[in-house]
Amino acid sequence: MKVFVDEDKCCGAGSCVLSALEVFDQRDEDGVVVLLDAEPAEHLHAAVHEAVQVCPAAAITVA
Amino acid sequence: MTSTTDPAGHSPAEAPDYPMPRAEGCPFDPPPALRDLQEQARVTRVKLWDGSTPWLVTRHADQRAVLTDPRVSANMTHPTYPRQAAGPGGTLSFIGMDDPEHARLRRMVGPVFMVKRVEEMRPMVQRIVDEAIDDLLAGPNPADLVEAFALPVPSLVICKLLDVPYGDHDFFQANSKTMINRNSTPDERMAASGRLAEYLGRLVAEKLEKPGDDLLSRLGEKIKAGELTIRQATEMAVLLLIAGHETTANMIALSTALLLRNPDQLALLRDSDDPKLAHSAVEEMLRYLNITHGGRRRVALEDMEVAGCPVKAGEGLVLPNDIANRDPEVFTEPDRLDITRSARHHVAFGFGVHQCLGQPLARLELEIVYRSLYRRVPNLALATDFEKVPFKHDGFVYGVYELPVTW
Ligand code: SF4
Repeated sequence: MKVFVDEDKCCGAGSCVLSALEVFDQRDEDGVVVLLDAEPAEHLHAAVHEAVQVCPAAAITVA
Repeated sequence: MTSTTDPAGHSPAEAPDYPMPRAEGCPFDPPPALRDLQEQARVTRVKLWDGSTPWLVTRHADQRAVLTDPRVSANMTHPTYPRQAAGPGGTLSFIGMDDPEHARLRRMVGPVFMVKRVEEMRPMVQRIVDEAIDDLLAGPNPADLVEAFALPVPSLVICKLLDVPYGDHDFFQANSKTMINRNSTPDERMAASGRLAEYLGRLVAEKLEKPGDDLLSRLGEKIKAGELTIRQATEMAVLLLIAGHETTANMIALSTALLLRNPDQLALLRDSDDPKLAHSAVEEMLRYLNITHGGRRRVALEDMEVAGCPVKAGEGLVLPNDIANRDPEVFTEPDRLDITRSARHHVAFGFGVHQCLGQPLARLELEIVYRSLYRRVPNLALATDFEKVPFKHDGFVYGVYELPVTW
């Protein structure tokens, strides 16, 4: 799995961080998403899919 | 064009009134007439208080699509924006603006509500909840849970966040109550918001002089950098104050009323040490209760299609999250309260770039309340007939006016 984030779209509501702390964080200055791990291990895939589903700004995609 | 019927077969003249009344005796469920519309069509027309007939989008998937569509606007000053009520229509800071200005202002307060920042507030929130329970138990029995617990908790938290002296909380609680009270006139609402703005404007000015480590000081830095006016900062502070405590207070009291009616779920929550259960209970309560029950409001900026229905530029869109969160296409047995289900994709906080910014804080407060209150007051019970509990059918934020409890 490869994860992509679009910082311009992100509204910083943090839903992705709640889903997968290991994969997503937020930038200190403005709360915008920070991708910690672009190729997360298999046990995190379900959490990343949940992050995609709950992200209100469609800022996360996976390939 | 006015004779065209909508997908449910109504002409604009026959469009049902919105919002609709809830069923007698079912204060936790969305209005049955609204549920009927959801079954009839994905998109229908409804009639608002001012006679306008915006489109009502009934399904979870379609609401999410509209709320993320760049062709719709949240601009509350747009001439055909489907407004909730008469009276002076402000923008309520960035809530009523579109990007890029919305994003610019929102990102100034974003860091305060970041998941990791909010997590750092956990000990502080736990202390506030514990002390509020101490006070409840030391006070008269029976008590009104709203006054004695549900309001003080989020008020104290938001005071800390804005570094407002808690001694002033009576003042701003009274004014924010007036702003969302069913019996307030538009004039009273204006006056209350004016008093709050004046008070917070003064605090912002003080923080400009003597900055600390709080939200208003942060906004002060932006003012100094020329990115924000004092007025904009004040508007933001009023928004955060009201959004922060009215919503959470209503969630605490309303979900307690719901749990007291569902003793099996209450017992499950009270007797479990699993933090995961507290988390899923928070999401399920948010899904089930939907305290912002007037529907999200948008206006189409271009001709577009919503679920196959043509919507014209300038037409209003109403997106009721209460029925989206009971959509059987998305949630199995949607009317069953089940605190063990995974309900995180609910739209109680909205969706799209306007989704609630304070949601990590709201979640933290609810989780701590759910893990503390029922355990420390295990024999909590209603002190009145359920039928006598006054629900806020006509407020902007749903909840209970009072919740008499005993233990
Ligand atoms: S959930 Fe989406 S919008 Fe929210 S912080 Fe993560 S990427 Fe940004």
